[in-house]
Amino acid sequence: MEEQVKNPIVDEQEEYVINMGPQHPSTHGVLRLVVSLKGEIVKNVEPHIGYIHRGIEKMCEAITYPQIIHLTDRMDYLSAHMNNEVVCLAVEKALEVEIPDRIKVIRTIMSELTRLQSHQLFWATYGMDLGGQTCYFYGLRDREMILDIFEETTGGRMIVSYNCPGGVMYDIHPNFQKRVKDFIKYFRSVLWEYDAILTGNVIFKERTIGIGKLSLEDAISFGITGPSGRASGFSCDVRKHEPYSAYDRVKFNEVLYKEGDTYHRYLARVEEMRESMNIIDQLIDNIPEGPYAVKMKPVIKLPEGEYFQRVETARGELGVFIISDGNKNPYRVKFRSPNFSNLSVLNQITKDFKIADLVAIAGSLDFVIPDIDR
Amino acid sequence: MDKIELGEFVKSIDKDLEVKEGKQYIEVTVPPSKLYSLSKQLRLREEVKFDFLFCLSGVDYGQDLGVVYHLRSTVYEHVIVLKTRTSDREHPELDSVVDIWNTAEFHEREVYDLLGIKFANHPDLRRLFLDNSWGFPLRKDYVDDINIVTK
Repeated sequence: MEEQVKNPIVDEQEEYVINMGPQHPSTHGVLRLVVSLKGEIVKNVEPHIGYIHRGIEKMCEAITYPQIIHLTDRMDYLSAHMNNEVVCLAVEKALEVEIPDRIKVIRTIMSELTRLQSHQLFWATYGMDLGGQTCYFYGLRDREMILDIFEETTGGRMIVSYNCPGGVMYDIHPNFQKRVKDFIKYFRSVLWEYDAILTGNVIFKERTIGIGKLSLEDAISFGITGPSGRASGFSCDVRKHEPYSAYDRVKFNEVLYKEGDTYHRYLARVEEMRESMNIIDQLIDNIPEGPYAVKMKPVIKLPEGEYFQRVETARGELGVFIISDGNKNPYRVKFRSPNFSNLSVLNQITKDFKIADLVAIAGSLDFVIPDIDR
Repeated sequence: MDKIELGEFVKSIDKDLEVKEGKQYIEVTVPPSKLYSLSKQLRLREEVKFDFLFCLSGVDYGQDLGVVYHLRSTVYEHVIVLKTRTSDREHPELDSVVDIWNTAEFHEREVYDLLGIKFANHPDLRRLFLDNSWGFPLRKDYVDDINIVTK
């Protein structure tokens, strides 16, 4: 029995491949990652996507502009309001429609509420991914209040479809201002809990600080926008650089960090919740009087040409590129979705980290899979 | 730089290029053979420094297939649009810009998947959303009797 016993499970010299997903609790959707490992060290991550590709861009070519808005909800369902807004703004810009202040302010408040609930859900699930079950209950407890406000005004909780070309679908509910103010007051009083549970937690810090570093050059080259890009120092906030709706009349800070690791991507989102509340504070008492929608033509036809519009969703820069040939249907619609670009950097920043860190890094990029697949 | 200065700058690189002032951005029509060298110049020249490719869209123009590149500079905040098109519908092939902007890797795979445009020198050109048995659905002549209902 002189035969040398080889380790039957792990050969240190050889890479082996495991499959993570498409049904994996930490991918929050149907994302499949094929991970090449050397021992416990990640060498290559290859995302396989398309499990819920619905061909939204193709479908848009067969329907009218007001109908497109209802498809955009289904891309990034946590930033549904901003997704609606990008199409509306593009249509309004193309037709050169002047939008009254009331609509701009309502849209801005709704956008920031959407951003708040999206970051709350990120906080809740990110804590859960890293082993803190408490976060989930705390995050959802507060998020539920925003969803109730949405439900009262728009009739929907996540898929709101509140925007339409020329304004919003219905006027705000009489209770809207009071409920938003109550919520902001309440949420300010509990936000310290978020920091106490996760931000200052020693185990959480050990698992995130210095993990998955993304340099500024890479962030720009890979097109990483939103809080993930700003954590690397990439100043990419569309609200600052190309203000739309009522963002030009509010004061807020763009949250920027230099470190670019997982911890600061998390921190950027928590800080953005505070900034969102500041924006809502400045607007909620001064909603101007006026109509909630401008009367548009029954059949909307864009003049022949190309239009590009971008907005800041909770995950980054969403752009829509419309080519119109003058008909009521667009000739070509392209959505530049933030998650699609953010996914492309995953292989770069997980290299040479442990497989347990992969969950932490992927979670900190905050993917919404329907937005990747479209 | 504003739109006019950008147009003049592009003309100074290659005076044969067709520069058009669009409603929003300055638009440059580039033949496929010059696309890569112009992109590289726009990325590397310090005066313009287009370091952020924020949108890459494939378009079926009917006769031609084309790609539209939206570039922005994070330093100067100006935007330029490059357009290129090829009339070969059977084997369309363009140069890849992956080594200039990394984000193009996924975007070009998407264009290949949905429009069938191949990109030379792309490191990993495979289909992204669909498997190999599909056609190229974003082409205007794509036929699907089961899923596309025409009135």
